[in-house]
Amino acid sequence: MAILIDENTKVLVQGITGSFGARHAQLSLEYGTKLVAGVTPGKGGQKFENVVPIFDTVSQAVNETGATASAIFVPPPFAADAILEAMDAGVKLIVCITEGIPVMDMMRVKQALKGSKSRLVGPNCPGLVTPGRGEKSHGGCRIGIAPGYIHKRGNVGVVSRSGTLTYEAVFQLTQMGYGQSTCVGIGGDPINGTSHLDVLEMFNNDPETEAIIMIGEIGGTAEVEAARWAKANCKKPIAGFIAGATAPPGRRMGHAGAIVGGEEDTAQAKKKILAECGIQVAETPSEMAAALMIAWGK
Amino acid sequence: MNIHEYQAKELFDRFQVPSPKGKVASSPEEAAAAAKEFAGAKLVIKAQVHAGGRGKGHFKNGFKGGVHLIESPEQAAEFAGKMLNETLVTVQTGEEGRLVRKVMIAEAVDITHEYYLAILMDRATCAPIIVASTAGGMSIEDVAHDTPEKIFRQVVHPLLGLQAYEIRKISAELGLSGDIAKQFGKLLSNLYKLFVQCDCSMLEINPLVTTPDGRVLALDAKFGFDDNALYRHPDIVAMRDKEEEDPREVAASEYDLNYIGLDGNIACLVNGAGLAMATMDIIKHYGGEPANFLDVGGGASKEQVTAAFKIILGDPNVKGILINIFGGIMDCNVIAEGVIAAAKETGLPIPLVVRLEGNNVEMGKATLAASGLDIVAADTMADGAQKIVKAVG
Repeated sequence: MAILIDENTKVLVQGITGSFGARHAQLSLEYGTKLVAGVTPGKGGQKFENVVPIFDTVSQAVNETGATASAIFVPPPFAADAILEAMDAGVKLIVCITEGIPVMDMMRVKQALKGSKSRLVGPNCPGLVTPGRGEKSHGGCRIGIAPGYIHKRGNVGVVSRSGTLTYEAVFQLTQMGYGQSTCVGIGGDPINGTSHLDVLEMFNNDPETEAIIMIGEIGGTAEVEAARWAKANCKKPIAGFIAGATAPPGRRMGHAGAIVGGEEDTAQAKKKILAECGIQVAETPSEMAAALMIAWGK
Repeated sequence: MNIHEYQAKELFDRFQVPSPKGKVASSPEEAAAAAKEFAGAKLVIKAQVHAGGRGKGHFKNGFKGGVHLIESPEQAAEFAGKMLNETLVTVQTGEEGRLVRKVMIAEAVDITHEYYLAILMDRATCAPIIVASTAGGMSIEDVAHDTPEKIFRQVVHPLLGLQAYEIRKISAELGLSGDIAKQFGKLLSNLYKLFVQCDCSMLEINPLVTTPDGRVLALDAKFGFDDNALYRHPDIVAMRDKEEEDPREVAASEYDLNYIGLDGNIACLVNGAGLAMATMDIIKHYGGEPANFLDVGGGASKEQVTAAFKIILGDPNVKGILINIFGGIMDCNVIAEGVIAAAKETGLPIPLVVRLEGNNVEMGKATLAASGLDIVAADTMADGAQKIVKAVG
């Protein structure tokens, strides 16, 4: 099972000929992901690495290859358009890696997605990994920029805003011998397509996922909403971490969404609510997997 | 990015948001000319710095106050002479103060009533939200805390934009009527256009005032711009005043580094914003105080690492450095080589702890060990944080 993607998911990459997109498309191919198409306007008919056909439009790529998921690597000024194009082509899962999209653009995209058949993950996110069963998790589905080899197939679901903190958690889990069902990076922007709560709900419904790590940070109330939902609905043990306890108020900490705006979106306030909702909060980022073992009784 | 008061006035003028008459001046002569132009009105002269608390501040030359009433063009010139190219110290500038390079001559308006009006990008609804209150002129956080019933909120549909009925609702909540309500409606409508067209993240007018002669004016404003959208607003980028910013942050931005200076003594250099925040947190957890937030990004080059090192070492408070890199895709050895090159170029006068993990990590660690530099290796984040806290003492 796993969520959103599995070994058979057919993936296309928008912006496959840019240096960033090409590099990560290559790494996904090496990981064993079913990368079936690329899209770069004006380069239709060419092939990526001599194997993956490139199309001018997303709808051509979908019609020809049956891709159901897209990874977007196009530069910020064109990213909103790329998301809308994927939606128009009926792509079920749109994963936008691009960092730096104007908030006004995302505000409009978010409206357009309402009532569509597409789910957006990101933007400004590391993407998703459902690890494979081969050596160093080879054969899995990797959409985005995460290092595939640190994963291991297993039963822990990981959801996070931050890329490197996700890798940190995954690495800790794998080192302790616990694999992952799916790892989802939802991104560090203030407006994103998929929330912590959305992912918790999917993990809760996924038979393969037995326990969950939820990583958040300062800014907004998404982690708090997810925790409150989990308290009432989630049957699986959860460990959490919130970054930014030492961040000064009013400053944007790298991620566009990581900013303390008031009393409620500080790390301290979020950790307190997570704990009240029965989530095992890790004291430090070094102890994310250890905290899960406590919650999970392992 | 912040802008000066006179620049806010320029934006208001461009979008026809009424504000008191005013003109910026860079010399006593220009100040006098501006005062002459507005003859007949009661006028003030205001030092242009980003920091608040100007009125109660003092200049290092002994002149008191960054805001003064002026009676004549001669006095405008005299006060401008005492403010321009002098350093103003306020509660927000710290002891070093800020150099005043421009002053504004503005109309001092009489006030009938003060209101609060703001437009923000609301995360919860993913839409612009208008916040209005009859309790203007004071901190909106205090109003929200003490008298929450005095705050009115209206979410605006992102695609439909601000509607006439929404303006009427807000106007009614503020108790406005007749011509004042009409003027307010026009002001709010234009303010919303400014918010959207300039990609603002926040636009706060506090206070918005009504005057005895029947005008509605934006008296003081705070702007926040979406950094991600600045690429399509060269006119707003041109308003940036680097002299007003932390020089360390200006230097960092030139190398595409995300740096924020703090007050502690343990510097950190990390890849990824989440990990960078978490590294600061873990330093604090083990009893240290972080000196900065620094995210070198996913694909940091040797040049960036060197620049980051120089910025860190330029901070006299820094007594130790923790480098924390999870090289998922990046080769740890490349990072190790970057660190060594940087340390050799800048020298290494203080303890350095390096925690490397990820791709080609064994090679990276070997490179660091063979460098001959006094670098302490750490295995985990916790190990690294404990080691640097201990080294700094």
